[in-house]
Amino acid sequence: MDWAALRLSLELAAWTMLVLLPVGIALGRVLAWKRFAWKPLAEGLLAAPLVLPPTVLGYYLLMSLGAASPVGQWFESVFGRTLVFSFEGLLVASVVFNLPFAIQPMQRAFETIPRDVRDAAACCGLTRWQALKRIELPLAWPGILSGMVMTFAHTMGEFGVVLMVGGSIPGETRTVAIAIYDSVQSFDDAAAGVMSAVLLGMSLVAMAVVYATGSRKDSRRG
Amino acid sequence: MAEPAGGLEVRLAQAGPIPLDVRLDCAAGEVLALVGPSGSGKSTVLRCIAGVLRAKTGRIAVGGEAWFDSEARISLAPRARTVGFVFQNYALFPHMSAQANVEAALGHVAAPARAGRARALLDRVNLKGLESRRPWELSGGQQQRVAVARALARDPRVLLLDEPFSAVDRSTRQILYRELASLRRDLAMPVVLVTHDLDEAAMLADRMSILHRGRTLQAAPPHALMARPANSLVARLVDLKNVFRGKVLSSDAGTGTTLLEGLGQRLECVLDARFAAGAEVSWAIPGSHVILHRRDRPSRGERENPVRGVIADFLPLGENVSTVIAIEATGERLQVTFPLHVARRNGLESGAEVVVSLLRDGIHLMPD
Repeated sequence: MDWAALRLSLELAAWTMLVLLPVGIALGRVLAWKRFAWKPLAEGLLAAPLVLPPTVLGYYLLMSLGAASPVGQWFESVFGRTLVFSFEGLLVASVVFNLPFAIQPMQRAFETIPRDVRDAAACCGLTRWQALKRIELPLAWPGILSGMVMTFAHTMGEFGVVLMVGGSIPGETRTVAIAIYDSVQSFDDAAAGVMSAVLLGMSLVAMAVVYATGSRKDSRRG
Repeated sequence: MAEPAGGLEVRLAQAGPIPLDVRLDCAAGEVLALVGPSGSGKSTVLRCIAGVLRAKTGRIAVGGEAWFDSEARISLAPRARTVGFVFQNYALFPHMSAQANVEAALGHVAAPARAGRARALLDRVNLKGLESRRPWELSGGQQQRVAVARALARDPRVLLLDEPFSAVDRSTRQILYRELASLRRDLAMPVVLVTHDLDEAAMLADRMSILHRGRTLQAAPPHALMARPANSLVARLVDLKNVFRGKVLSSDAGTGTTLLEGLGQRLECVLDARFAAGAEVSWAIPGSHVILHRRDRPSRGERENPVRGVIADFLPLGENVSTVIAIEATGERLQVTFPLHVARRNGLESGAEVVVSLLRDGIHLMPD
């Protein structure tokens, strides 16, 4: 069992959730309620990680974050090291490939809040911030939670993008999914088995949480 | 333009996406019903007043203070407008109790006083004891009352009611009518009630304004509007039954009479100087101004505009009989309701020949 890899994966998943929570809420709200001409394009772009092969996504991320890219050069000039093959680079990649997993459930949740209810909040004199805090978030929370859990579970198990952008540097970019692959490559079936079981357990718990919050919401309305 | 203290003045115009050409005035304490078929833009107007929608051009002012003025580039946010809004499906916050729903609109009240105020408001709408219920634990009528309490909680300067009775059953509706009628006696702000139900408007409103395809056509007290619609479109929108086409033959100021050709004969009406001889007009007569000639003896008004016809439809409805009389000369159809005993005494039945008089002061001429 590669504890460092598990720890790294957990850290990566936690940071990804932390970044995507406000991003998902903001974009989910906009996509749910606003109409604009290029909305289908925006939605398609955000959903692309669902269908792109992880290696393809990883390749483009490697190109756009690498030392030759403007982003990579800026990062290197500020922090004195490369963005790719670092935890920060991994985090950027993780945020990008988790966008649809975080945003879509949140968007669906915000879509269920009727226009009248939002208007009623404004007519009650609530500021935008108060309306978000007291009306929108409490009504959308099952979707928000679901988006976070999906992000967490997906980050824990992602392989292709992580390998392309991060490589497999122990303690820096070697996540548990890559550690499983390395274990199998080096015929360490026991370690691979334990780590796989851990990921399986986490995935099952995550999905159970997603479905439990969904059904609780349904029965409450019934 | 000066409006009465606290009164609401609305002028809206836009070509699209929803066309609007609206002029409304509602005095403080007055209930104005905004009536029109679905899709006529009633809710849009209400939303513009509340500020959750913005018209392209126009002005909305309350007590002289502009909430929206496209020329002066003023458009207050909804929360700065202090409106009470009862939405069609109430739009209660589903995760909050009745009490919390009302408290949500009490942001302008000091925090310690909110709970007491909310309880008092719920008590006022007869919901004492149900404060902790969530919306889905309340009946439709109770939800509507929570919505009314929440709308009043803001101490609104304008109260907006968007078809507030459409989502409840008939018997509940009758109770809620009475409650609103008694509540409004204490309300000092302008109240705009959106409805497509003319009876509801007639019952609850001081004045009604007819809206059609985003355009306000006529505003008047319900009775006056139903009796004297401005044109044939308004007549149709207020569901007036006996509207016919005709031609003015002459107008004589000396005798105070306008002669009209209608139903294939000459009809005498009260002078309407708007129309010169030869003008094509629409005209209407309410059933209350149609007199049946009795067979046994002459009746009042019998000489006025006698018209012959055959009863084409005879439908007893409780104490009354709804009849359709096919006019002998033209086949046009006149709808009249008679008390059942009158119908019996005069042998009214399908196919019976009748003579009725159209009372001259009931005939209302209007442009097409």
